Amino acid sequence: MVLELAGEIDMECSVALRHKFKELFRKKPAVVVVNMSGVEFMDSSGLATLVGALKWCRVNGSELRLAGLVQRVRDIFEICRLESVFDIYDTEAEALS
Amino acid sequence: MTKMNSKTTDIKSKQKEGMADSQIELKMCANPEYLPAARMLVRGITRIVGLEDKEDLVTLAVEEALTNVIRHSYGGACEKPIIVKFKRINYGSENRPALEILIRDFGRQVDPESIKGRDPCEFKPGGLGVHIVQTVMDEIEFSHAGDCGMQLRMVKCIV
Repeated sequence: MVLELAGEIDMECSVALRHKFKELFRKKPAVVVVNMSGVEFMDSSGLATLVGALKWCRVNGSELRLAGLVQRVRDIFEICRLESVFDIYDTEAEALS
Repeated sequence: MTKMNSKTTDIKSKQKEGMADSQIELKMCANPEYLPAARMLVRGITRIVGLEDKEDLVTLAVEEALTNVIRHSYGGACEKPIIVKFKRINYGSENRPALEILIRDFGRQVDPESIKGRDPCEFKPGGLGVHIVQTVMDEIEFSHAGDCGMQLRMVKCIV
């Protein structure tokens, strides 16, 4: 299952993103690929939402993979030392293969 | 061609010295809808003062600080005011050019010493805003703002 994100993910957008993940997880996917190539900015609210999604996946035996992070988005993962916690791929295709 | 090049250089020099002896003040409501506008302003200011290479990180730090005010100082009350001041300063004993950012709210006051970034290695959502600000900025200081509210002072060296 692929979720494509775009734009800037901040405090307000994170609420909608959480709801989106909840909808997705109802289908109990084996793998969720989040294509973030269109994400131009993300703050810790967005990061917290992804952490929450990853925790759900780990508990429920699903995989969460992130793809296409631009450098300014990778920066926040590195600042928060989460770049090695998530499975991060350069492209959606690599994440799906 | 030489004259055109000189003019271009002059304009770029002036941009780097931008905001010398002046400041920019933003007054906004604590409404998350206005965060994108605040981010645009921060990006513009970083370019004026010569912090283009740190534009993304400074924007992130200010965003985190504003989000913390909205969430913690005001508990989500969208109509409350936040004042942000940007000023180019000479920082430290070496008088390094720097951008000073003051964020003032009018919410509840807390002990500044109690505001700490949490260890990012704890794998849980939330609570990383202060850690991000501390990591990005060269200096940060929380203080009481008079009888009401808090002030966060952040400094980012340009050179």
